[in-house]
Amino acid sequence: MATVELKNLRKTYLTEEIIKGISLSIEDREFVVFVGPSGCGKSTLLRMIAGLEDITSGDLLIDGQRVNDVEPGKRGLAMVFQSYALYPHMDVYKNMEFGLKLAGMPEAERREKIEHVARTLQLEPYLHHKPGQLSGGQRQRVAIGRAIVRNPKVFLFDEPLSNLDAALRGQMRVELSALHRKLGATTIYVTHDQVEAMTMADKIVVLQKGVVEQIGSPLELYHHPRNLFVARFIGSPPMNFFPAIFQGGDTTGSAVQLRDGSTLYVPVTSPGLLPGTKVTVGIRPEHVELAASGPNSGVVEVIERLGAITLVHVRMPDGQIIVVQMDGAVLTDVDTRVSLTLPPGNCHLFAPDGVAFEACHRHPLAA
Amino acid sequence: MQAVLQHSPSSEVSSERRKNASAKRTGFLLLSPSVLLLLVWSIVPLVMTLWYSVQNYNLVDPTLHGFAGIDNYWYLLTDPDFLHSLLNTFVLVAGVLAISVGGGTLLAVLYDQDFFGRGIARIMVISPFFIMPTVSALLWKNLMLHPIYGVYSAMMRAVGLTPIDWLARFPLLTVMMIVAWEWLPFAVLILLTAVQSLDGEQREAARMDGADPIARFRYIILPHLSRAISVVVMIETIYLLTVFAEISVTTAGGPGVASTNLAYLIYSRALLQFDVGGASAGGVIAIIIANIVAIFLVRAVARNLEA
Repeated sequence: MATVELKNLRKTYLTEEIIKGISLSIEDREFVVFVGPSGCGKSTLLRMIAGLEDITSGDLLIDGQRVNDVEPGKRGLAMVFQSYALYPHMDVYKNMEFGLKLAGMPEAERREKIEHVARTLQLEPYLHHKPGQLSGGQRQRVAIGRAIVRNPKVFLFDEPLSNLDAALRGQMRVELSALHRKLGATTIYVTHDQVEAMTMADKIVVLQKGVVEQIGSPLELYHHPRNLFVARFIGSPPMNFFPAIFQGGDTTGSAVQLRDGSTLYVPVTSPGLLPGTKVTVGIRPEHVELAASGPNSGVVEVIERLGAITLVHVRMPDGQIIVVQMDGAVLTDVDTRVSLTLPPGNCHLFAPDGVAFEACHRHPLAA
Repeated sequence: MQAVLQHSPSSEVSSERRKNASAKRTGFLLLSPSVLLLLVWSIVPLVMTLWYSVQNYNLVDPTLHGFAGIDNYWYLLTDPDFLHSLLNTFVLVAGVLAISVGGGTLLAVLYDQDFFGRGIARIMVISPFFIMPTVSALLWKNLMLHPIYGVYSAMMRAVGLTPIDWLARFPLLTVMMIVAWEWLPFAVLILLTAVQSLDGEQREAARMDGADPIARFRYIILPHLSRAISVVVMIETIYLLTVFAEISVTTAGGPGVASTNLAYLIYSRALLQFDVGGASAGGVIAIIIANIVAIFLVRAVARNLEA
């Protein structure tokens, strides 16, 4: 049982505010991922929760207890670092034992716990190896094991997979998800990799420049991004944007006019918006359709064939590149003129300040 | 050569070998001048020392000469001064090592912290190392510890205490302190760079594991420093076995032989008593001791460096 609550948390370095008032509540057993571009403050926020950074103002509550001034070791948390931070002069067993020993746990109990965890993580053959003799994936497992043996209330992960190669990263991602389901511990995970965020999280917190841009389930962020930043950040390749002029709307949708003069009727509500306002239409590459002729035409500049899918980069008359994700077997070639069809149901509409308009219908998976 | 060239496949190998051998010979010839110079440089003094150590040879008594056998060694080894100076040598080495490595480790950790004026403080803590031994010995003897006009004595009198005449009452301890003052910066310098190379996330991991500063020092920082410490011990030992200037300037080995180490004993035999034979015997013994110490040190350090 562990909940974490952040109440208007702020962090100031000298004169610069890094974390600008973040409020968030994390439920018991929840897997929360902090995601954002580098320098967004996600690692700082995690380190503030861990107690490695001071909290300038605001409250941090773990299980309802204010822990702002509690030592990191006494908060009941365990952290897995990006560099693993194993103690190089201790073998695997001693690495896992260190925290338990300092906590004054009796020897027999320590041994039992470590052996149990080593069995779970398939580390038994390596218990008496030094970290230097292990591979990257094994070290990663030891770091996770060191966190698990302490039986923490909350697990903290700071970009734990970024030092692994792509294949191993995919494997560890699945293992971590399975482990979380098995242990059922509250977990906070920091990453800049949106695949990790999308696949592992119960709840994603998108951060930018020390501010929360959106909190929600992975599919909520995907289908209903709250603003341009989230729309651009979640999804790969990123969402395409078209400048447009708002023409009018009601409760069933809003009409906008694109650059080439065509009109689009997007099913979003736009209360209080004046006709003539400049807005932005967003659509994901996987939702754009290609036609041989019609409005919105451009020239194919690059084609990336990934086997299962094909990414078609189309240069529009205004110089902008629009990415279209097609089936792997699509025959379109470079330098041909194509026309883009934007299915209105998959379009997003953003006000001049970047905030998305409310969709008339929520996506069933993102309710 | 002709015959070799005529017999084909099997002889190719031997001609290859011959070519190698001639290349090796050329290399050896080119190297030999410097090897020869080095050989002369180190072997001649050693052989001369060995030779004089078995001779009756006193500069002030030309009548006494000829082969002495092991007499020089016998006199030296049975001389109570010799044992005393041997003991002093080890006390001096061990004491300075303890102070400089112990204090150096603590200071290194201290100077690794972030505080105002750290850059200047670091330069100041390292500066005694740049002062030559003779000068620092004079500084301590005349400016700091002089019983009448030394700074320390003035401080003692200022609070109504009688200053101690350090060099007269605790000669070896005082020499040890002066030498430690010179070598502490060296230890701090090496150990500080070692502390700085410790991965920050490791310290943080230890904090998360609930380690207080003392536990972090004991279980994380100290093991990390062990290599650097063994290097400091080795280098310092080599220099400390031959401490001379500080003793010569401050106490001249006295009172009696209270602060005489092996190096100073050899000096006093050769250049104060003009007994070349006896001094040479002392030199040979010093070489043997230094080699014994070196073997142990190199073994210990090599083991530490491998891990």
